[in-house]
Amino acid sequence: MTLLRRGGAPPRDTEGATPPDPSNDDRKRREQRQILLTRLDLRTSPYLFIAPFFLLFAVFGLFPLLYTVWVSLHDWTLLGGNQGFVGIDNYVRLAQDAKFWNALYNTFGMFVLGVVPQLLLAMFLADTLSRRIRAVNFFRMGLLLPYLTSVAAVAIVFSQLFGTEFGLVNYALGFFGIDPVNWKGGTFSSWAVIAVMVDWRWTGYNALIYLAAMTAISKDLYEAASIDGASRMRQFWQITVPMLRPTIIFTVIVSTIGQMQLFTEPVIFDGGSVAGGTQGQFQTVMMLIFEEGFRFNNYGYGSAIAWTLFVLIVLIGALNALLSSRIKGAQ
Amino acid sequence: MTTTLNPPPTRPTPAGGGGRNRARRAKGSSGMREATPLTYIGLTITVLLSVFPLWWMFVVASRDSAAASARPPQFLPGGNFPANLERLFANTTANFTLGLTNSAISATVLAVSVVLFSSMAGFALAKLRFKGRNVAAVGVVVTMAVPVQMGIIPLLMLMGWFGWRGEIISIIVPFMVSGFGVFMMRQYCIQAIPDELLEAARMDGCSTFRVYWSVVLPALRPAMIVLGLLTFMTQWNEFTWALAVLTPSNPTVQLAINQLNQSAYSRDFALMFTGSVVATLPLLILFFVLGRQLIGRIMEGAIKS
Repeated sequence: MTLLRRGGAPPRDTEGATPPDPSNDDRKRREQRQILLTRLDLRTSPYLFIAPFFLLFAVFGLFPLLYTVWVSLHDWTLLGGNQGFVGIDNYVRLAQDAKFWNALYNTFGMFVLGVVPQLLLAMFLADTLSRRIRAVNFFRMGLLLPYLTSVAAVAIVFSQLFGTEFGLVNYALGFFGIDPVNWKGGTFSSWAVIAVMVDWRWTGYNALIYLAAMTAISKDLYEAASIDGASRMRQFWQITVPMLRPTIIFTVIVSTIGQMQLFTEPVIFDGGSVAGGTQGQFQTVMMLIFEEGFRFNNYGYGSAIAWTLFVLIVLIGALNALLSSRIKGAQ
Repeated sequence: MTTTLNPPPTRPTPAGGGGRNRARRAKGSSGMREATPLTYIGLTITVLLSVFPLWWMFVVASRDSAAASARPPQFLPGGNFPANLERLFANTTANFTLGLTNSAISATVLAVSVVLFSSMAGFALAKLRFKGRNVAAVGVVVTMAVPVQMGIIPLLMLMGWFGWRGEIISIIVPFMVSGFGVFMMRQYCIQAIPDELLEAARMDGCSTFRVYWSVVLPALRPAMIVLGLLTFMTQWNEFTWALAVLTPSNPTVQLAINQLNQSAYSRDFALMFTGSVVATLPLLILFFVLGRQLIGRIMEGAIKS
């Protein structure tokens, strides 16, 4: 009944309970009411404290998510409203929609291009930062700076820097005899620009996470390794990386969930359009949901895409979790 | 503000702002590898790459649009920033003043509400005994892992039913709680608030709310500051939902710069970059005031996970 452990202290329920005064009925009644109130408080307060979170989440998080399934099984538009149950028709259409497969392909392409170099670079940066260096806080702040900037604002700057005619990147490439690249026009080149925006923002953040995990690795391991004559490179790959495995998996999961919903950077890069370039060469799934759901106002089909992406994200997350528990079990 | 930078000496963990401690501890440990000049060169290049886009943003914002394409490029700021600023706020397409106001209001309200509700739920899940507590704690973690953003279409329909489409309330109310916030506050409660402290308050006859308000909240301050900063930043940056539910006539600051980006002004780089500077500045100020605590928290959280 008591919600807080009382650690063996003698029971002393309310103020004024000691010394007891049996002759005073009125006071006794007041005490009793006090005890009842306290009991009520202890019993109900915890639920009142967690209620706002769960209620608001239920209305604005859980309900829309589940309702997505319902909407996706209907022919449902903004103007026409719900025009009847159509079963899995929207999903059949999805499976045959070249735009969807293209968007999925683009999303995965940008994911690979964005996440892999980012995490590798973050790892090497963390390794560098774990040395004895001066002004360590300056460098840490410098690395985290991109994380705390406005995504849309920075995307505008990068879009200009990668401009075909006047961008600084093409200007710099010109010194190496490389002809101006039409960054936005190509599939791979447009992915590269968007990946650079993502990497620029997240590399330092992940480096700090790795750095924290590295400082927790016992220094004895490295000492033993260097006594055995293992090179710096060898130590990195055979001690640091294996010891960081749980952290690496954590960052991979977080990056995956984020990258699967990539939206702002490609939209700004395309000048505010969700089409993802003239050929849809960098249209992500999230942009397609937006295009179908809010530009064409086709709620039913948009919901089918959203639910498919949801299932994909959950599957990838579960796969990661499974992998990580396997690895933990093996150790 | 300065008091928040100097954590009280009674703080039980070296969490946020512990950079200095950490560095000192690191120096003491053996086996710490020495930095070579190459280390510094590598790090300096990285920091320069981190800063350059922001520097370039300000260079163009303080010149005119020709500067963005000048050959050879101009790398030093000019004196045009006040004039560009005037142009920006006079621009009727972007509605920049309204966008800034909307973003400031929504991000501030959400930072306060997320911190409040997260600390309440976090405290209850960490320190109060009640039926269903473990289920609730697991539930919070699940809400973190589930990408609820995929419910964006029904959420928009919901806003329509409430009559909130296009209104600023539509970017506030749906985001007033955060599973991540509850999780973070619960962890911090467990490590930073000894049970004895709560027992003592109970013995003094404090109600649960009193305990929360007078004992728990003050102890949670370092974590609250970081959570508030992260929430403010996330909401200030929010783009997808705002683009879906708001209109250019009542935008957030992100929508306002997107409006410049897509309109006939899209070649006016000085204007667009000035808007970008204004959109980034509040975040940079927060970063320089609170960045160290944030670094401490990110690293702390990494070890826990």
